[in-house]
Amino acid sequence: MTAEERVITTREAINEAIRDEMRRDSSVILLGEDVAGGAGREAEGLADAWGGAFAEYKGLQTEFGSERVLDTPISEIGYLGAAVGAAATGLRPVAELMFVDFIGVCLDPMMNQAAFLRFMSGGRAKVPLTLITHIGAGIGMAAQHSKMLYSFFTHIPGLKVVVPSSAYYAKGLLTAAIRDDDPVVFCIHKLLLGKQQHVPDEAYEFPIGQARIAREGNDLTLIGAALTTATCMEAAEVLVADGVDSEVIDLLSLSPLDEETVLASVRRTGRVVVVDEGFPRCGLATDVASLVADKAFDHLDGPVKKVTAPHAPVPFSRSLETAFMPSATDVREVALQLF
Amino acid sequence: MSMAKARQPSPQPSRKQLLEFYESMALIRAFEERFVALVTQGKLVGTGHLCVGQEAVAAGVCGALEEDDYVTSTHRGHGHCLAKGVDPNEMMAELFGKTTGTSKGKGGSMHIADFRKGMLGANGIVGAGMPIACGAGLTAKLTKSGRVAVSFFGDGAANIGSFHEALNLASVWNLPVVFVCENNRYGEATPVEYALAADHVADRAVAYRMPGVIADGQDVVDVYAKAREAVDHARAGEGPVLLECETYRYYGHFLGDAAGYRTAEEVESFRSRDCLILLAERLRRDHEVGENQLDGIRAEMEARLDEAFAFAEASDDPALDELTTDVYVSYP
Repeated sequence: MTAEERVITTREAINEAIRDEMRRDSSVILLGEDVAGGAGREAEGLADAWGGAFAEYKGLQTEFGSERVLDTPISEIGYLGAAVGAAATGLRPVAELMFVDFIGVCLDPMMNQAAFLRFMSGGRAKVPLTLITHIGAGIGMAAQHSKMLYSFFTHIPGLKVVVPSSAYYAKGLLTAAIRDDDPVVFCIHKLLLGKQQHVPDEAYEFPIGQARIAREGNDLTLIGAALTTATCMEAAEVLVADGVDSEVIDLLSLSPLDEETVLASVRRTGRVVVVDEGFPRCGLATDVASLVADKAFDHLDGPVKKVTAPHAPVPFSRSLETAFMPSATDVREVALQLF
Repeated sequence: MSMAKARQPSPQPSRKQLLEFYESMALIRAFEERFVALVTQGKLVGTGHLCVGQEAVAAGVCGALEEDDYVTSTHRGHGHCLAKGVDPNEMMAELFGKTTGTSKGKGGSMHIADFRKGMLGANGIVGAGMPIACGAGLTAKLTKSGRVAVSFFGDGAANIGSFHEALNLASVWNLPVVFVCENNRYGEATPVEYALAADHVADRAVAYRMPGVIADGQDVVDVYAKAREAVDHARAGEGPVLLECETYRYYGHFLGDAAGYRTAEEVESFRSRDCLILLAERLRRDHEVGENQLDGIRAEMEARLDEAFAFAEASDDPALDELTTDVYVSYP
């Protein structure tokens, strides 16, 4: 197999990005709950048992030691606050928040400390902190372990937010995030972790703040992020039979938002559907819809349409959970209203 | 629990050191009283959380630190900043919101920070500085820099989650952090004996397997001696220490708080053990320092504040485009 053909999972891509940056830069550390597992039992060969609740970090503690790959107590305010302090004093921490839903117990270190320290110090401080967190429904973990919440972070000036849609972008965006001098929240959808894609062996950055055209088309712009990029792609294929040629935009970064790529596409197609697994109120889809209404209104042939989760908690029952998440069928139905 | 190992008794501070403490405390007192005067005269708009009465804690603890050691502070942080060596001119300019301020006028009283001095920031969020100090301690430990991080916090913050998480984390990771509680007996308008389910904040150290020590926060010599021991313990790699300093704030929670939750007699009883008076007595008694010399130091500090006020007054307001700068290092 040549290097160009190499296919790995998103989980492995995340591991590679951290591993390469830890090899390159001794100030990079990884900390979080069970990022290794079996802490303190190195001598018995029981350490590095998990490599994270989703196993992205397997082997990192074995390679870099427990000084740089630190298991923490279940103590999110403590270790996220410590990550802020470490970042502000010269380290480049990668911290993990196992489920984004847990931000409810530890928003302060991200919102009032990491995000604002640079501004509050008149530009004297920098906080090169990466927060990796898992988002999204689809694995039957119900209301407290399945939300998106990327809009929380996007709302806060001082934070950058990236949302990869596949293994290739996960590696490139995580590498960029770790090298970035600002705090970056890296939101990875759980259902993407096992998905495979061609990923280059060497380290590379995908620029933060840059969306991509995942599919070119002329009649309609479908906008997705994380898992809904794939939903949009699926809908675009189905819409071919309806005679609709769809363009699909994969946002990849929510802050900064690549407004130009969105607006250029919408100005050309005149129709747009924003697809967001997050809650509908004050969320990503609303934000992008507002951008389009504000800056591309004269080019629109119909209202800005949204497909989102309902204004309801994420349910447990498999049938309800499936209905909760935006589907290609939902997207097609809404898209056809524009024609 | 006492310190883990027997160590050399802390050296008694020299005459020179004691005079430095007096100068440091007099500067803090002058700064705070000048702030009050400027607000009262209408020259400065706003309020602040004053540390008048607590100066010995800032001076004694920072006196035990090296210049490149780290400090995280609180909403009541002017004293910590001054004792850590932050320039009074820049601090006063910050209170006036001027571009020459420590934070270019973007932070104000609750966000004074000066990373050049190891001052990682005052903080408007109760308890937030303690985990940050753990992070600074982690940097010191991993880079083997030999630095120590001190986190000041109030008795009110001893009841917030970040206190417990930070103490546990510092102990689990054996970090060079000294947690300094300034127990001034009130969390805002609530007395400590109501809010704290312990006799002393320091009692909680045992729950986190670290030494817990109580100092007389009005006596800078006692604060210094115990801080010195705690800092040496942390710097030697023996882990964190919780140091509780019993003190008192003469003003209310903020400037303008009439403090109706306490009696005049109580305030008077603490004022009679004022840190500057106690140190002056010691200097006269043990070191034959005359009243003239102490008057001279206080006058010098007043002159220093005249200069700081003139500097702040003459400085410019920030340009309006500063509204959106320093938000990010880069934002494409």
